[in-house]
Amino acid sequence: MSRILPWVAGAALIALPFVYREPYPMHLLIVVLIWSSMYTSWSVMGRFGLVSLGHGGFMGIGAYTTALLWNNFGLTPWLGIPVAMLVVAIVALVIAWPCFRFRIIGHYFALVTLALSAIVLQVIIASRDITGGSLGYTPQRYNGGSSIFALQFTDKVTWYLIALGVWAMALFIRYRVERSMLRYALEAIAEDEDAAAAAGVHVTWEKLKITLISAAMTGFAGALYCQYQMFISPDTVSGISVSLQMVFAAVVGGIYVLLGPTVGAFITILLAEFLRIGFGTGAVGWDNIIYGSLLVLFIIFLPQGLVGTLQAKFVRAA
Amino acid sequence: MFDIFDIYLLEALINGVLLGGVLALLALGLNLIFGVIDVVWICYAELIMLGMYGMFFLFKIYHFPFLLAAVICIAGVGVLGVVLHLLVIAPLLGAAPINQLLATGGVLFFLQSAATVMFGIDFRNLGIRLPVLEVHDMFISYARLLAFGAALAGMVVLYLFLSRTYTGTAIRAIAQDRQIMPLMGVDARRIYIITSAIGGALAGLAATLLVLQYDVHPFIGLTFGPTTFMICVLGGLGNMVGGFVASFVFAEIISVGGLYLDLEWGYVFAFGFFIAMMFAKPQGLLARRA
Repeated sequence: MSRILPWVAGAALIALPFVYREPYPMHLLIVVLIWSSMYTSWSVMGRFGLVSLGHGGFMGIGAYTTALLWNNFGLTPWLGIPVAMLVVAIVALVIAWPCFRFRIIGHYFALVTLALSAIVLQVIIASRDITGGSLGYTPQRYNGGSSIFALQFTDKVTWYLIALGVWAMALFIRYRVERSMLRYALEAIAEDEDAAAAAGVHVTWEKLKITLISAAMTGFAGALYCQYQMFISPDTVSGISVSLQMVFAAVVGGIYVLLGPTVGAFITILLAEFLRIGFGTGAVGWDNIIYGSLLVLFIIFLPQGLVGTLQAKFVRAA
Repeated sequence: MFDIFDIYLLEALINGVLLGGVLALLALGLNLIFGVIDVVWICYAELIMLGMYGMFFLFKIYHFPFLLAAVICIAGVGVLGVVLHLLVIAPLLGAAPINQLLATGGVLFFLQSAATVMFGIDFRNLGIRLPVLEVHDMFISYARLLAFGAALAGMVVLYLFLSRTYTGTAIRAIAQDRQIMPLMGVDARRIYIITSAIGGALAGLAATLLVLQYDVHPFIGLTFGPTTFMICVLGGLGNMVGGFVASFVFAEIISVGGLYLDLEWGYVFAFGFFIAMMFAKPQGLLARRA
């Protein structure tokens, strides 16, 4: 039963737009799926106690690199996205290698990576001649609007299927990581680095591997976000707020379970939309007040997250 | 030509020192809390933002005298620090350290948007324009000079408190050994609360000084926050002397970098320096290699 369930759910999700295709719910689903891939990418390393606040930076680099390559050199996102992922991976390497090499863990690691997202934000704003600064940046529309070459589609169903694919891929990568030797190594490292090293785990290299995977995935999702929204601004794709938003959604859903970050994305995005529609401009700020308090409450009372807690209950009862 | 260049450089250097004084004050509060309670208040800069709003309302709207308003603000943010500790940090003291950091991240969101809801997103300022001091064609703002002086005074007072009083000694002792000190008859909970109050009060002091130079808006915390964290890490988290030195190094880079390019590039340079130093001195500027 549990072996077919993912396939059935997947088929249902693929079939959905052919049955029901109202633009607005479709749009919400696409956004939720893209952010879910981002949150899942974060949780790939976050679940091993490697709390990075630099993922806002990775997302920004992914989005801006792809858009800049397209606008300035006409490089198709099919090549631009891999280049962006490479850039993200290099940046991640430059930050993470010294961190891991010199045993910067816990608070320190969070703060160093936090600095990274602040730097990316600042560089984007400072180089406003190229990136448009705080005003944001728009990839040029390919004439006609839809084009496979430019990875631009006006049609929501296409985007839904792309986002679904990317999300499924992110889940698959996480699933594979959780069933690999890497997982045992990283769990040992999370418990005690010295003991893990003594047991023959190459601490630096194993941590670096998971960081590169997670960062490249985030860059990919960031580029995709840019292709879908066709507008990016430094505050929506980089900086501390974005990093914290990723951590928040992942924690609410539960970082130790596969679908936790996805549920987190659903809750946070739907909550924001609900407030926006229900209260209009009067709701500006209220969504983050609720997020903020929920984050604190979840960390104090439900550190396993919603899905994690429910699963623990369910498994115990069964 | 050469003279002009020199004077500008000197002006930038002096402004760097003055900026460094304020940054040192910010770093000091965060370092104190980290050193003693072993948590990082990610929302530290948001406490400063609230303090700045407090100054704005007390001084501009209710027409309190400046000094009285400043005292109320410092005390008020100190109380906020205690509330933050009791509500958020205390229940998490036994949890993984990273959870405390993330919880204060939630507080950051909360305070930022609460300020947006309550005060709107308008930029507000006190409307005081302090005169600008002109020495040999260099312009040095009084506001910065005052901030520098007050920041230094604040640090001296804190130093005396930590080194001369019983409570101060207990705070330093707790920072050195969390397990043993309670056995020696020091009430750790009380020390934590006092430390949070002092940390908050330092944020309040910084707020009263910064409000003279900057307009207040709900997102101003994002301007100071990252810089403060980087300074603390650069100096070595919890290492107050290191934080002090790092503040001035950082401020000089921002100020001189800003002279040759935009101010934003000054920040980018400073951040780049931070990353470079992580390679060279990962445990902080003043750390000795173990």
